[in-house]
Amino acid sequence: MNDVLDTAWVLVALPLAGALLLLTWGKESDRFGHWIGTAASAASFVWGAVLFVALAGRDADDRSVTTTLFTWFDVGRVRVDMALTYDQLSALFVLLITGVGTLIHVYSIGYMADDPRRRRFFAFLNLFVAAMLTLVLAADYLVLFLGWEGVGLASYLLIGFWQHKPSAAAAAQKAFVMNRVGDLGMVIAIALMLAHLGTTDIARVATGVPALSDGVVTGLGLLLLLGACGKSAQVPLQAWLLDAMEGPTPVSALIHAATMVTAGVYLIVRSAAIYDASEAARLAVVAVGLVTLLAGAAIGCAKDDIKKALAGSTMSQIGYMTLAAGLGPAGYAFAIFHLVTHGFFKANMFLGAGSVMHGTGDDVDMRHYGALRTAMPVTFFTFAAGYLAIIGFPGLSGFWSKDKIIETAFGFNVWVGLGTLLGAGVTAFYMTRLMAMTFLGRKRWREGVHPHESPAVMTVPLVVLAALSVLGGVMLLGHWITDWLAPVVGEAHHEELPVPAIVLTLSVLVVVAAGVALAWATYGRREVAADAPTDREVGWWTRAARHELYGNAVNDALVVRPTGQLVRGVTAFDKHVVAGAVSGLAGLFRDASQGLGRLQTGFVRSYALVLFGGAAALAAALLAVTIA
Amino acid sequence: MMLTALALLPIVGGLVLALAPRGDWGRWFAVAVTGATLGLSLAVLARYDVEAGGMQLTEQRTWIEPMGVHYALGVDGLGLTLVLLTTVLTPFVVLAALRDRLPASEGASNGYLAWMLVLEGLAIGVFCATDVFLFYVLFEATLVPIYFLIGSYGTAGRGRAAIGFLVYNLVGGLVMLAAVVGLYVLSADAGEPSYLLTDLQGLEMGVWTERMLFLGFFLAFAIKAPLWPLHTWLPDAAGAATPATSVLMVSVIDKIGTFGMIRFCLGLFPGASEWASPVVMTLAVISILYGALLAIGADDLRRLVALTSVSHFGFIVLGVFALTTTSMAGSVLYMLNHGLSTAVLFLVTGVMIAQRGSADVAAFGGVQRIAPIMSGMLLVGGLSSLSLPGMAPFVSELLVIVGTFSREPVIGAIAALGIVLAAVYVLRLYRRTMTGPLSPDVGGMRDLGTREVAALSPFVVLILALGFYPQPLLDVIEPAVDEVSHVVGVGDPEPRTPAPVAQSEPQEEGH
Repeated sequence: MNDVLDTAWVLVALPLAGALLLLTWGKESDRFGHWIGTAASAASFVWGAVLFVALAGRDADDRSVTTTLFTWFDVGRVRVDMALTYDQLSALFVLLITGVGTLIHVYSIGYMADDPRRRRFFAFLNLFVAAMLTLVLAADYLVLFLGWEGVGLASYLLIGFWQHKPSAAAAAQKAFVMNRVGDLGMVIAIALMLAHLGTTDIARVATGVPALSDGVVTGLGLLLLLGACGKSAQVPLQAWLLDAMEGPTPVSALIHAATMVTAGVYLIVRSAAIYDASEAARLAVVAVGLVTLLAGAAIGCAKDDIKKALAGSTMSQIGYMTLAAGLGPAGYAFAIFHLVTHGFFKANMFLGAGSVMHGTGDDVDMRHYGALRTAMPVTFFTFAAGYLAIIGFPGLSGFWSKDKIIETAFGFNVWVGLGTLLGAGVTAFYMTRLMAMTFLGRKRWREGVHPHESPAVMTVPLVVLAALSVLGGVMLLGHWITDWLAPVVGEAHHEELPVPAIVLTLSVLVVVAAGVALAWATYGRREVAADAPTDREVGWWTRAARHELYGNAVNDALVVRPTGQLVRGVTAFDKHVVAGAVSGLAGLFRDASQGLGRLQTGFVRSYALVLFGGAAALAAALLAVTIA
Repeated sequence: MMLTALALLPIVGGLVLALAPRGDWGRWFAVAVTGATLGLSLAVLARYDVEAGGMQLTEQRTWIEPMGVHYALGVDGLGLTLVLLTTVLTPFVVLAALRDRLPASEGASNGYLAWMLVLEGLAIGVFCATDVFLFYVLFEATLVPIYFLIGSYGTAGRGRAAIGFLVYNLVGGLVMLAAVVGLYVLSADAGEPSYLLTDLQGLEMGVWTERMLFLGFFLAFAIKAPLWPLHTWLPDAAGAATPATSVLMVSVIDKIGTFGMIRFCLGLFPGASEWASPVVMTLAVISILYGALLAIGADDLRRLVALTSVSHFGFIVLGVFALTTTSMAGSVLYMLNHGLSTAVLFLVTGVMIAQRGSADVAAFGGVQRIAPIMSGMLLVGGLSSLSLPGMAPFVSELLVIVGTFSREPVIGAIAALGIVLAAVYVLRLYRRTMTGPLSPDVGGMRDLGTREVAALSPFVVLILALGFYPQPLLDVIEPAVDEVSHVVGVGDPEPRTPAPVAQSEPQEEGH
C-alpha cells in the first residue's frame, strides 16, 4: 500500500538536507544561504500540513501510521529500527515545530542580517528542526534519543553561537552537561527496558508495561522524568536555561521557549502507558512541575534582563505542563494544549523582546527601556497580545489552556490546585511588570540610543504569532484537542471538583487581576529607577529570586566543586601513587644497572635494541628456514 | 596467501623505504603502499563470506615442528574488523604525517615512514595469527617500531617515554611468554604439541592451571589495552610521540590488548574468564571514570586525548567481560569506532600543537575565529568521543552499557556515568582552546590545509556513516562474538517479561 502518510521521513529530510547543504557549501552561498534554510523549513511545514489533512481525513481509530525506514542496528538481544510514527500527537508537534520554526527562520533573516556567520546560523537552525522532528516522530525510544541529543547539539551550537564571548561559551557547555545528567536517566531507562521487555519500540513497551513489576515501572517513570527535567529545565536540572539566554534571541524563542524545552513534556505524554501504571512516578512528576512552576515564576519577578525574565516564565509555564502531564489521562491532553498555546505566545514575546533589543542596540536591561510603545508600535501591540494570552485574559489562548490545567489540578488535590492558582497570580504580576517596564511609563533610554521599529521581515512573523496567541483557544472548541489526542493518551475521566468549574474560573480571574493590579501599582504608576537597587536595598525574597533561588550555588556546592576536588585528587593520586609505584620499580632497574657500572638510558636502550634485533632476526631466520 | 600478502606488502614497502636512497619520493611511496594495502584489504573483505562466518582465508604451514608451532593465518569477524581498522587508518595517518616536524629533519623522513609501514604489517599479522606462538612473536615484534617511532622521532622527553613504554610492555610480554610455554606443556601432555588455536580450544586443564594461564595472558593484554592501574605508560608515551605515532599506537596497537582478551582469554580459558569477570568489570568501570576524571584535569593536549582513551578502553574491556553477545559485539564495534574518533582528535590536536608550538591547553584561546575548519574538526572528533547519537561510537557504547546492564545492572549504571564525564572533558577542551576572545599568542596559527582536510575527512565520513548504518559491520562481528559467547557459556539473559508484538506493527511487507 502506497500511503502518503508513509512519507513522514520527508519532513525530517528537508531541513536535514538544508543543514548539510549550508554547512558544506562555500562562501559564495553567504548571499542566499538564509533563503535556502528558510525554504527548507517552510517546505517541511507545507508537507506537514498536507500530512495533517490526510491524517484528519482518516477514521479516528486509524490515525497512527508507523513506517520503518531501515534497521539501525540488530545484534545480540537488541534490535532498533529507524522507524517513524505519524499519529495525532506527533502531527500536532510537526505543525508547531515547522510552523513556528519557519516564522522564526523568516524573522532571523532580519535579526541576523549583519552577522558574518548568518549562513551557519541557518544551518544550525535547520539542523535543530530536523532533530526536533526526529524526536517527535520517533517510533522507538532510541530513535527518540537520537533526536533528543540532536536538539541538544543544536542548542549547544546556538547558545554558543557568539562563542567569542566567554559567557556564551560557558553557557553552552553548561546546558549540554546538565542535559547529559538527564540523558543518564534516559540511557539507564533504555537499558532497563531492554533488560525487562527486550525492546525499546515505544508501542511495544506500552503493551509490555502491564507485565512489569511495580518497582520497574516506577523506576522507568523516574528515570524518564530525570531526562525530562534536563531537557525541559525542570527542578533540579533547571539552572542552565537562564544562562542559555546568551544565544541569539531567535534561538531563545524557538529552542528555549517554543519547542525543545517542551520535549520533556512530550516524553512524559508519549510514555503515558508507563506513567499510567505508576502512581509514585506520576506523583514525582506533579511535584517537579509544581516546584518548578512556582520557582520559575518567582525568578521571573525579580529579573531586570528581559530575556531572563521571560526564561523564568518559560520554566514556570513548562512547570504547568509537567504538572498536567503528571495528572495522568485527565491532564495529558491539557499539557499538550498548553504546550502548543505557550509555543505561540512565548515565541511571540521572545521575538518581541528581540525586536526591542534590535531597536535599542542589543540592550537587555528593562530599566533602560520605558515608553517603547510609541517608538515600536507593532512590537508593542503584538507583545501585548502575547502578554494577555499568558496571563490568561478571557478568550485568549492562554486563558483556555491554563484554566484547564488549574481545574484538573484542583480535581487531583486542593493544595496542588492552590499552587497552580498562586502561579497564575504571580504570572500576571511578573508579566505586567515586564510590560510596564518595557513599553509603558517614562523613557529611561541610554544616551545615543534611538529606539526604532524593526523591518517588516521581523514584524510580519510577530503579527502572525500574535494572531495565533489570540486565537489558539479554538483548539478547545467542541473538545477538539482532547478528542483528537484521546486515542494516543487515553480518555479523560473527570474528577469531582471541590467547587463548580465556573467558580474556579472566576477565582483564577480574581487572582490574575490581583497580580496585575499589584504590579501596576509597583511598576506602572510609580517611577521605575533606571539603575537597579543593590542587593542590600532589597528584601531577602527579591535577593533570592534575583539569584535564581541559589540554584547555581547549590549546584556548585553539591556537584561542581566536589567534582573539581575529585579531579584534582585523582590527578595527584595518579601522579604520585600509581605512576610513583611504577617509576619506583623502574628506579630499581636503573640502580641495578648503575651497580653494573653502566650508564642508565644508554644501557637500557642498547640492551633493548640488541634484544629485539636478535629476536626479530631469529624469528625471520626460523620463518625462512621452515617455510622454504 | 592473501593474508600473508596483506601483511607483507607494507613490511616490504617499509624495508624499501629504509634501504633505498633518501629523498622526497619516500613520502608519496609510503602513501601509495599504504593505499595499496587498503585496496588489498578491501579485496579480502570482498572474499570474506559474511553469511558463513568463522575463520576464513586460512593459511597454515608447519614452522617449528617439535614445538608444534605453525605459521597459521585466518580472519573471522573479529580479526577482519581490526584488520580493516588498521588498513583504513594507516594511509590517512601517513598522509597527515608527511610534514611532521621531527627532531632531525623538517618533514617526515623515510625512516620515520618506514617504521610506520612495518608497524602496519605487523599489526595485520597479529590480528590474523591463528597460532598462539606466532601471535606472541608478532605481538612482541610490534614493540620495536613503536619504540623507535617514539624514541627517535618523538618530541621532548621521548627517550624516557620510549623506555617507559618498553619496560611496561616487556613485563607484560614476559608474563605472557610464561603462559605460552605453559600452554605447550599442556598441549604436549595431551598428545602432539600444537599451538594452533583450533587444537588448544577445549584443552583439558585443571581449574587453577587455567586460571594461572589466563592471568598470564590477561596481564599482558591489560597493560596493552591500558586498564587501570596499569595505564600510566600510555599518557607518558602519547605525550612524547608525534600525532601519527599516537594514532597508530592508541587506535591500532592497543587494540591488540582487547582483541587478545576475546581471542585468547575468553577463547582458551572460558572458565577462568567467567571466574575473573567480576574483578575485571570492576577494574574496567574504574578505568572509565578514572580516565575521564584525569582527562578533565589534564592540561596537555596529547595526554588529554590519551586519557580519554583510558576511559574508552574501560568501556571496551567492560563489554568483553560482561560476556554477553550484545556487549561483546558492542566492544568489537567500539574498537573500530574508538580508532576513528581518536585518530581525529590526535591529528587535529597535533596540527594545533605544531602551529602553536605548545601542547598546553592554556596556550590556546579563541582559535575558532581564525581557524573555523580546525575547530569544527576538533568538535566533530570530540562529539564522536562523547558518543553523540548519530556518530559511530554511540551505538557501540550503548551496546556495551545495555549488554552489561542486562547481567549486572549496578555496574552498567555506574559505567553510564561516563557519558556525563565525557561531555565535560570534551566540551571543556573545546571551550578552553577554541572559544572566547582570540588570544594574541595564537595569531600565527592558520586553518587546516587541503592535505590535512583530505586526511581527516574520510574519518568524519566513516564516523557519520557508521553512526547511522553500522549494521553491515555488525553482521560481520556478531557471528564471531556469538561463538566466543557460546564457548564461555554465559550469554545474554532473556528479557524478564518480553513485550508482546504491538498490534500497530505494520502488517504489509513491501507493497
